[in-house]
Amino acid sequence: MKNDNIHHAEAAAAFLQDREQARWHDSAIWWVRQKRDMQAKQLPEWEQLRELAQQIKAHTLSRLDDYLLQFQANAEKNGVTVHWAADADEHNRIVHGILAAGGVKKLVKSKSMLTEECGLNPYLEQHGIEVIDTDLGERIVQLRQEPPSHIVMPAIHLKKEQISELFHRELGTEAGNNDPTYLTHAARANLREHFLTADAGLTGVNFAIAETGGVVVCTNEGNADLGTALPPIHIASMGLEKIIPRLEHLGVFTRLLARSAIGSPITTYTSHFHRARPGGQMHIVIVDNGRSDILGNDDFYQSLRCIRCGACMNTCPVYRRSTGHSYSYIIPGPIGSTLGPSRDIKKHGSMAFACTTCGSCSNVCPVKINLHEQLVLQRKRAFDAGTLKPAKKMGLLAMRFLTQHPSLMDGGGKVMRKVVPIVPESLTRHSAWSRPGRALPEMPEQSFKEMWQARQKDKKA
Amino acid sequence: MKVALFIPCFVNELYPHVAMATAELLESYGVDVHYPLAQSCCGQPLSNNGDSQGACDAARRFTGIFKDYDYIVSPSGSCTSHVKHHYGWYLSGDSDYQAMQPRVYEIVEFLQDVLKIEKLPKPVYFPHTVSIHQSCHGLRELHHAAPSELMIPYHSRLERILQLVDGIEVKQPERRDECCGFGGTFSVDEPEVSVAMGEDRVAQHEATGAQYIVGADPSCLMHMGGIIRHRCRPIRPLHIVEILTGRGGAA
Repeated sequence: MKNDNIHHAEAAAAFLQDREQARWHDSAIWWVRQKRDMQAKQLPEWEQLRELAQQIKAHTLSRLDDYLLQFQANAEKNGVTVHWAADADEHNRIVHGILAAGGVKKLVKSKSMLTEECGLNPYLEQHGIEVIDTDLGERIVQLRQEPPSHIVMPAIHLKKEQISELFHRELGTEAGNNDPTYLTHAARANLREHFLTADAGLTGVNFAIAETGGVVVCTNEGNADLGTALPPIHIASMGLEKIIPRLEHLGVFTRLLARSAIGSPITTYTSHFHRARPGGQMHIVIVDNGRSDILGNDDFYQSLRCIRCGACMNTCPVYRRSTGHSYSYIIPGPIGSTLGPSRDIKKHGSMAFACTTCGSCSNVCPVKINLHEQLVLQRKRAFDAGTLKPAKKMGLLAMRFLTQHPSLMDGGGKVMRKVVPIVPESLTRHSAWSRPGRALPEMPEQSFKEMWQARQKDKKA
Repeated sequence: MKVALFIPCFVNELYPHVAMATAELLESYGVDVHYPLAQSCCGQPLSNNGDSQGACDAARRFTGIFKDYDYIVSPSGSCTSHVKHHYGWYLSGDSDYQAMQPRVYEIVEFLQDVLKIEKLPKPVYFPHTVSIHQSCHGLRELHHAAPSELMIPYHSRLERILQLVDGIEVKQPERRDECCGFGGTFSVDEPEVSVAMGEDRVAQHEATGAQYIVGADPSCLMHMGGIIRHRCRPIRPLHIVEILTGRGGAA
């Protein structure tokens, strides 16, 4: 679970103290952005695909209730049990109820940001159920008892040396052996044991198809397949925005998803689940948890188009220089910075300001969410909710006043130009502007307004 | 043709020579240039910090001052973009704003799309290497160039207009359109991230071998300039109008 009290600017400043690690983090993730560009460039129809995906999602959201009910009916026809959860607690209770009824002691889980959002792992552990995350990155952060720092690459903040140390401690690998293949094999052997002894498997859902009642799960490690093929119970947890109307729409999204996410043409596994295997059970839990509120909001409903590819994180220059752990909401980066504040502006208000409004996120987004604009609109909610620091609020109110009174603004500017050059540098170097290593601008003698007025006078003379 | 100069508040105080170069450049093409003295700030800092009341008042005030000119021209892509693309949040049904909005231009756009210039007013010889700094709002909101994220044909307004300058060598930095980290009040809300981004950006511009970082947004140039001065680096930020008027490097 994540600490809601994280303030982005402070956490990012702490992360940047180790500039070498920060530079490495930036370039590791920039490399993924570059791979995305190379893949996207190979499809002449890339921009058309984005537009089509956007339209399919927009259409679906416009009649989401119909498609959800259609999905439920078709899933039930296939013998799947469909559950509805209004919030995180209800989701956790439903999942626990299924597991308790089946006498489950151990659950293997493939990647699901929804269960992170709901805090499922600690809930089940409190109820005596062992939960094993089986995505390698998720397993790593689970062993470190920390939240994922990225929604697609949960352990991208860690170097192989740190993973080697962790595995030595937790899995008994050789000390100092940093070979990625060796470490992966060790994780694989450990996970295989858990797959074989688990009583149930839980997966997330990438796409739920209304027409067929089936769900689609995309992974690169095959862990969702093993986790559903071995234990007799399969639970799929999905946010209610995961619906697409028809199977023929799926290709639009699978072509965009892996290219946007990690710069590969497709995920290694694109698995379709329609029904329980003979003798088994399949459950789908459809979760609202605040999504209906977002759907009803004119400024933010587009954020429900998100397919969780993480491309906005990879391109975000602030994310790359601050890590996912600097964001208070479980989903970091641009998309998290609209979803988090939508959920709770008081807790996650700082995220909306962790952005230069450069707009790169809106351009990489495969479903064309206006991310950087949404962040600015979230700031309005932060301002109205009174979450700004008092000094900042005062500064803005002063700015508001000066904007309406240009002669006072000119006077203030003049004072600044005269005073700043004579203030000793020892006083200014602790200002927020100068502190991290940035000199104040040089102060010209005259403002443009003064120059212009003098020039007009000369012209007349 | 009556053209009003829209000079952003910080340019008025800190970069008067950029504003004057803009005025002179327009005048040398025979434009009747006016500078409405009542102007103040466009309200972008208020808007970007969620003060919608303040932003709305600023937008209304701006519209009242500028609406009767034929064109409104500014040497700042970001401030132009705020007026052109975000005033709608505050003045959605305002007919004065709707009538003014299409006539608001950033200076390079105005030279290329309205004046349709094919040469500079007087020949400019600038025998230096420059690295283009494409500002984010100029790029992704005003579409001054093809953003690296979009799979569309390459174009760049700044490169195109610099072709009119003799002797110049134009370079692109690695990660050609990554943000410099200024971001308005972001620069002081998150100063460590802002400066880390700026340091990386300056290093990428330096790696091209350029003597100048050239852009059309004074705020990016101010931020990178502060980092350059702190680190005593030889590269210099330069607004594109300073090159086009033949003053580049002198200021």
